[in-house]
Amino acid sequence: MTSQRPIVELVGITKSFGPVDVLKGIDFTAYAGRVTALVGDNGAGKSTLIKGLAGVQEYDSGVVKFDGEEVRLSSARSAAALGIEVVYQDLALCENLDIVQNMFLGRESMTGITLNEPQMEFEASKTLTGLSVRTVKSVRQKVASLSGGQRQTVAIARSVLRNAKLVILDEPTAALGVAQTEQVLNLVRRLADSGVAVIIISHNLQDVFKVADDIAVLYLGKMVANLKSTETNHLDVVQYITGTRTMGDQA
Amino acid sequence: MSVTIGSGHEGNVREQINAYKARVKGGEMGALPSVLSLFVLTVLFSALNPYFLTEGNFANLLTQTATLMMIAMALVFVILIAEIDLSAGVTSGVAMALFIIMTNRWGIDWRLSILAGLLCGMAIGGIIGFFVAKVGVPSFVVTLGLFLGFQGLQLALLGDGGIYRIEVPEIRAIMNDNLPAWLGWTFLLVGWSLMALLGFYDRRVRSRNGLANRPISLMYSKLAIVGVVGAALVALLNTNRSTSIKEISGVPIVVPIAVTILFLGTLLLDRTRFGRHLYAVGGNPEAARRSGIKVVKIRIIAFVLCSSLAVISGIFNASRVGAVEATAGKAIVLSGVAAAVVGGVSLFGGRGRLIHAAVGALVIAIIDNGLGLIGLPAGINFLVTGGVLILAATVDAVSRKRSAAAR
Repeated sequence: MTSQRPIVELVGITKSFGPVDVLKGIDFTAYAGRVTALVGDNGAGKSTLIKGLAGVQEYDSGVVKFDGEEVRLSSARSAAALGIEVVYQDLALCENLDIVQNMFLGRESMTGITLNEPQMEFEASKTLTGLSVRTVKSVRQKVASLSGGQRQTVAIARSVLRNAKLVILDEPTAALGVAQTEQVLNLVRRLADSGVAVIIISHNLQDVFKVADDIAVLYLGKMVANLKSTETNHLDVVQYITGTRTMGDQA
Repeated sequence: MSVTIGSGHEGNVREQINAYKARVKGGEMGALPSVLSLFVLTVLFSALNPYFLTEGNFANLLTQTATLMMIAMALVFVILIAEIDLSAGVTSGVAMALFIIMTNRWGIDWRLSILAGLLCGMAIGGIIGFFVAKVGVPSFVVTLGLFLGFQGLQLALLGDGGIYRIEVPEIRAIMNDNLPAWLGWTFLLVGWSLMALLGFYDRRVRSRNGLANRPISLMYSKLAIVGVVGAALVALLNTNRSTSIKEISGVPIVVPIAVTILFLGTLLLDRTRFGRHLYAVGGNPEAARRSGIKVVKIRIIAFVLCSSLAVISGIFNASRVGAVEATAGKAIVLSGVAAAVVGGVSLFGGRGRLIHAAVGALVIAIIDNGLGLIGLPAGINFLVTGGVLILAATVDAVSRKRSAAAR
């Protein structure tokens, strides 16, 4: 494998909502150039963990290191400033805008007070081409006319355009058909190969094994397993997810 | 570096036309239905009544439309973010009441009074925006409340049945006087050149960035059509349309004012960051927020723009009537919403342009004008206008469904 440089390191992360401890001392690492799958059953704490990384919801305690430096992720803005981008399940694209407009939304390039459309169009095309996206005909298509897979592609490409160092994908293939899932997973792979650290949340273990280098399993707020996908199998992961197996049991 | 993904600008004229057809089929119809109905209505009414296509009726139609067009354009800014401003009409009424009190009672300079009216509109827009965007009260309720309240305010300001004659000749001139022939031609030439320059500038910047341009013949055709139609209109308006001895000719002064506002507003929506963010907020507020757009700020500005432009429609109306009444602006706001929707502005937010509202206003005014000329009973035009509105809203809803299904 390529580098083992950790982009994000979490140590002893906790988070509770009132009396409910959702995260009970999580250690987690995601490396540059690798896809780390975060799996676990509903209520295991995946979303809470991700929200903390996205800066949407601060952790109660624990250390967050980004690129080796200790940081505080107090807002979505501070997370974005570090180069953390989240691609949410519901995508957060504007259907009435075209691909270029969506990719640059909130960070438009300007000449004076007017939008620099040609430059944005060029950059968007370049980014999509760089990710070997071939399913999109025109970057000036409205997002409303795109398929679910194409939309996911646009959302991922947007994070690349923003020079993300860590991209978090929340169920990127949940609503997609077979062919589109394949395309998005290929895109995720290329994204990681370009040196970005990718965290992917998924319930679909088939997808996880297809794309992930590392698999981290959460069970009731604890990290019960950190596995290399090449050294484990489907059944083991299911047992970790359902709590019928712990790291000590390893045969 | 060559780019392999297209931008829709590639291909020859035929391919461009096919792509346009595909977009229309996919539900992106824009102003097409309203332009077509404009055409059909014109043919229909001119066949039914020979007076319809005369210079006199034409100038009449333009001034009849100007007020409606202006308020429809004002409403576009809030309809684009899926809100509504039912108080736009009475807001203009309140601003004009302030104006007439300042000029007629207090003898203040008319320019200052107009400025005060506009500031009054902006303030009202700011208040609506605050309640809608910051507090979270539905705009329908806030503006309905103001719609009722401002009618009372107008009465309080001007008195029951109060009508004040406008004494300022400059304001009266907007709707009642015309540009000299040469100035009409100059205005057309300047506007047309601006359009051409903008077109060539865009093409140059695109090719400098290594991007494809649409076939230049398409641009020439567009410029030719605008030039020919514009020249025909100016020529028509420059002929004498008087039925008495005194000559009346020239482009009504309101036309260049309205066209300039249309032009500037379109630049704002299409080419500035604010415009882009307004569309984004209208399309998906949550996505806009996550992209770092200050949604509250954008919404408030939208209401401020709406109310300010509504005041300009109030000025047009006062100029046409020659007076400010205590009931001014009450009736027009719903026609304004209708005009925007008929023109192709989506009430669901995020889709529509100022030109759509302008064309929609023309459609509604032509129905009104044409049915009046045919001499049908007065109730009929309400029925027809209502029918057209529902038809337009249906087209919008269906095309939305279609574009959702097209993926």
